[in-house]
Amino acid sequence: MSAAPGSIPRWVDIGLIPLVNIALAFFVSGIILWTIDVDPFAAVEIILFGAFGYDEAIGYTLYYTTNFVFTGLAVAVAFHAGLFNIGGEGQAYIGGLGVGLGILLVDSTLPFVLILPLSILLAAAFGAGWAAIPAYLQAYRGSHIVITTIMFNFIASALMVYLMVNILIQPGSMSPESREFAPSGHLPFIHEVFGWFGMQVTPSPLNLSVVWAAICCVLVWAFIWRTRWGYQIRTVGANETAAIYAGIDPRRVIMLAMAVSGALAGFVGINEVMGVHHRLLLNFTAGYGFTGIAVSLMGRNHPVGIVLASLLFGMLYQGGAELAFEEPKVTRELVVTIQGLVILFSGALAFMMKGPIERAYLRIAGGFQRPAGQEG
Amino acid sequence: MVRTLTAAAAALLVSTSLAATAAVADDIKPAVVFDMGGKFDKSFNEGVFNGVEKFKKETGVSYREFEVTNETQREQALRRMAQRGADPIIGVGFAQAPALEKVAKEFPDTRFTIIDSVVDLPNVRSVVFKEHEGSFLVGMIAALKSESGKVGFVGGMDIPLIRKFACGYEQGAKHVSGNTEVLQNMTGTTPAAWNDPTRGSELAKSQFDRGVDVIYAAAGGTGVGVYQTAKDSGKFAIGVDSNQNHLQPGTMLTSMLKRVDVAAYKAFKDAHDGSWAPGIQVLGLAEEGVGWALDEYNKDLVSADMMAKVEAAAADIVSGKLSVHDYMSDNSCSY
Repeated sequence: MSAAPGSIPRWVDIGLIPLVNIALAFFVSGIILWTIDVDPFAAVEIILFGAFGYDEAIGYTLYYTTNFVFTGLAVAVAFHAGLFNIGGEGQAYIGGLGVGLGILLVDSTLPFVLILPLSILLAAAFGAGWAAIPAYLQAYRGSHIVITTIMFNFIASALMVYLMVNILIQPGSMSPESREFAPSGHLPFIHEVFGWFGMQVTPSPLNLSVVWAAICCVLVWAFIWRTRWGYQIRTVGANETAAIYAGIDPRRVIMLAMAVSGALAGFVGINEVMGVHHRLLLNFTAGYGFTGIAVSLMGRNHPVGIVLASLLFGMLYQGGAELAFEEPKVTRELVVTIQGLVILFSGALAFMMKGPIERAYLRIAGGFQRPAGQEG
Repeated sequence: MVRTLTAAAAALLVSTSLAATAAVADDIKPAVVFDMGGKFDKSFNEGVFNGVEKFKKETGVSYREFEVTNETQREQALRRMAQRGADPIIGVGFAQAPALEKVAKEFPDTRFTIIDSVVDLPNVRSVVFKEHEGSFLVGMIAALKSESGKVGFVGGMDIPLIRKFACGYEQGAKHVSGNTEVLQNMTGTTPAAWNDPTRGSELAKSQFDRGVDVIYAAAGGTGVGVYQTAKDSGKFAIGVDSNQNHLQPGTMLTSMLKRVDVAAYKAFKDAHDGSWAPGIQVLGLAEEGVGWALDEYNKDLVSADMMAKVEAAAADIVSGKLSVHDYMSDNSCSY
């Protein structure tokens, strides 16, 4: 290691500590499984095989991952400005509403190549618009963003229920869903894309929005670390007083960061509404917005970390469902418990292991360096 | 793992060929996919759970089960059940209809049953209920019992199905007296509304404060809070789906029964006996798919006069003399 003696290299902080935390979470989960007479090692095998073992499993895992990348990036961008955006759930919901309304209006007239960019724009615009209201209240009225964004989740769900139950519902239909989009409003599934090239892949909900998620990762990285706006956002997040001194208006930065954040969350709508369900429906956000907070925390607010953390949660969602399916003793509540333990150890208790691991590292690294020093 | 997979594939082949040669008795591998409320929701899903448990106890045939946690898992779970050779498969709740339709087409030899919705395929049995008829009767009971002339309704999530309950209830209450006032509240707009006893309690309290003396809760686990508050305030409550009279004896005026347990039980039992048939079953008062509960817990609360009036109305509904408007027929409660 090239690090100076006494300092902790980055890989310990962003690599080793999260891994230890996850291992601890799995260890505790294993004890719980063991107490209810489920073999923890068999359970791990089911989770891993169920998440990565065959093409359909990988499809489902990556489909969940796509959602978590969007919401994780959303939380991260706001976090760089020192804002805690808990409203990803509502912004994703409204983003999906934008996508759905747009496609319902134009799917009979426009071709897919025009509907796709329009949907992306609408998802971003609706998500950003929904985030802009709490952002305005924070920037210009001083209402705390944590409170307002979480309240806006409820307003979003109330709005969606009103629209779906009273206005957009298909006449005569039991469930509050819109009509199905025409094929021009469907984002192709990955198994369809493979089919174009003559490759046979088991159908799964994974669709082309995973590509857009990857593009968003690069765009967010460039935006945060390679643009003036990103610099302003990071400056405000690091020290608002210094930002003002440097001539940055924090109010505008709050608006900008939250709008970008909301737009990213809104892209969940592309995956769910345009990619999977092909209709507007209720509850398609299924808590992805909240999980995005854990993803972002675990990923240290960096796109690379967020992708890795999203994969982990995608694995837990898909593998966890398989575990509940295969093992009758494992209920879905227990799967949530395992997910919760991962969040607890890598989010809330993220710094519990920091001290011990760093001390251990220094002792080991020091142990190697001392003989070298004596020789020199 | 590979070995279990091949075994599963073999089982799949065997079972599909079995299904093709018509129903072979006592060799069925039944499965049930519960919906987001979860199998212990004290109401709809739990009714199905009770039905399939009864089947298991009687026949000794165990079943596979899965509780979905998000929209996408419905299709995944149904398909996985079918792939593993499960047959028959029950999909619980109208929300599973699109997923079940898709999977039922992929597995034409597997027998599916959907509860609360209609999927018109040759290998699907659809069971729907006339909740508005049962709700009409408990609406009458509420209005007959009420001294203030005001009765209340607490719904779960605001969806058309629950408005159907509310609409039937309102018609029943107004049938007793056109002056009866019906106050309605929905618990919420997310699935959490199915299991929010605290909010149910608040809504009940506010309705009682406005003069209501009987509340009908069609809200899953939320109802528990409504019943508790009714007891604390010395008022009456009406249960839903399962017979909930025993929950608060003396407070529970009656329960609107929706026999999903029978529907689920029969789906398995018929397959077991080799008499399973597809098609649409509409279970109303006439078919005893809905009704109102009278047992030792509430027999002192329902007078002979009330009972006579309600039974007369029930007979009229069965004979077709009295028709109850179904909210879902036109998505409005104008009758």
